[in-house]
Amino acid sequence: MTESINDKANELTIEALPENLTAVTEFVDGCLESVDCPLKIQLQIDVALEEIFINIAHYAYQPGKGPATVRVDVSDEPITVTITFIDQGVPYDPLAKDDPDITLPADEREIGGLGIFMTKKLMDDVVYEYKDGSNILRLVKKLH
Amino acid sequence: MLNIAKYRDGRNMKITLEGRFDTATAPQLETIVRNELDGVETLTFDFEKLEYISSAGLRVLLAAQKIMNKQGKMVVKNVSDEVKEIFEVTGFTDILTLE
Repeated sequence: MTESINDKANELTIEALPENLTAVTEFVDGCLESVDCPLKIQLQIDVALEEIFINIAHYAYQPGKGPATVRVDVSDEPITVTITFIDQGVPYDPLAKDDPDITLPADEREIGGLGIFMTKKLMDDVVYEYKDGSNILRLVKKLH
Repeated sequence: MLNIAKYRDGRNMKITLEGRFDTATAPQLETIVRNELDGVETLTFDFEKLEYISSAGLRVLLAAQKIMNKQGKMVVKNVSDEVKEIFEVTGFTDILTLE
């Protein structure tokens, strides 16, 4: 083998604005297509990245603006995709929140926290750290 | 991109969604849910061509379900496996009536 699968690592830095979600999704989906990601898993990853990117867009730099970097790494055996979100906004650990009670009837349900809860359920691992002035959040998903 | 088709026949309303129901497109349906359900007793969603739903879409569905709990019933038809999985992990299979 002359080429490591890690060479497919790729990243995008974009202003953290809700209207840039489509560009981020297209970038990540493009990376996933190059590793033959099944559609079902691609949609799960899209859901997770939407929650994370929109969170950054809404809260990281308020009331100002700033960038977010999205990096896609692929590792072998089993093929695993790691999507890393990096921003320099206020320190915020989205995983620190309690999970919502998803057994309540509709009239008692609140939507807060559901996005992060879904992200945790759909990914194999979600890891947060704050390092050198950056929020770093990793989504890890095995492709098969 | 989300295409919304709605059909109103007296107290019945049917809404067909096609495409992606996400942060960008959820406000389109939210406007309909907030403004056009007066007098509707049966609300039917057809999700046959819905490819994708995120928590922004779930938020609007929950709002619609809460309104319809007070004035009638709501049914969601033809849900794909991918969308159904999102309903399952969030407990929405217990809240919604899927057919």
